[in-house]
Amino acid sequence: MPNAHDLLFRTLADPTRRAIFERLCRKGEQTVGALTARSGISQPAVSKHLGVLKRAGLVRGRHEGRQTHYSAQPGALAPLLDWTRRMAGFWQSRFDDLEDLLKRMDQ
Amino acid sequence: MNAASTETRSVVVERDIPHPAEKIWRALTEPHLIEEWLMKNDFKPAVGHRFNLRGDWGGVLDCEVLAVEPHRTLSYTWNFVHADAAYNLKSVVTFTLTPTRTGTHLRMEQSGFRPDQKQAFAGAHAGWKQFFANLDQLLARTA
Repeated sequence: MPNAHDLLFRTLADPTRRAIFERLCRKGEQTVGALTARSGISQPAVSKHLGVLKRAGLVRGRHEGRQTHYSAQPGALAPLLDWTRRMAGFWQSRFDDLEDLLKRMDQ
Repeated sequence: MNAASTETRSVVVERDIPHPAEKIWRALTEPHLIEEWLMKNDFKPAVGHRFNLRGDWGGVLDCEVLAVEPHRTLSYTWNFVHADAAYNLKSVVTFTLTPTRTGTHLRMEQSGFRPDQKQAFAGAHAGWKQFFANLDQLLARTA
């Protein structure tokens, strides 16, 4: 499903959307209001980003009264993992060696 | 193929490092230091300078310096040419250093991979495989 991949990549290419998604991953379920308070952008803008995240399957909305509670769906990242896992793993390992080097440079 | 194959993606790795930016900058820009944590190279911190990164697995990356802002930003291309187009890689690596109370926040973004790219660039070359151990960590961070 290359189109599904493209949708994921496009969706996460936006740093604001990535930040919203990461926040939902870290903090669990949040309302638009709570997300807006932390995002530095307007509520309509946050809602729009949430809509894009929902279409990509990265976020799910649960209605409760007049509020919608949004939660992250990290499983939707699965198509990315083969690739990002590897490159992220590569760089994490390089950064380990970088930190070792920096320690040695102290001496 | 189709429009999809022109889409690109990126990977970001960030870390708080308890050392000043000036020192990390040296490790990012002095060839003998770069070699110690990344790869053999003939890097120079000059925009437009073309250099190679040579991996232990025998692969050679073609690179060109795109941006140098001492102690803050370093960016270069990270390209891998292969006879099989699916293995070709054109990407840009950007390091960003931000001073913190305890040292420096180091951010690496590598962008430009195509979705139709085989994972082969990273996966098929022996030597890189040992680096792919952090799968679960990434998942745990996003789960």
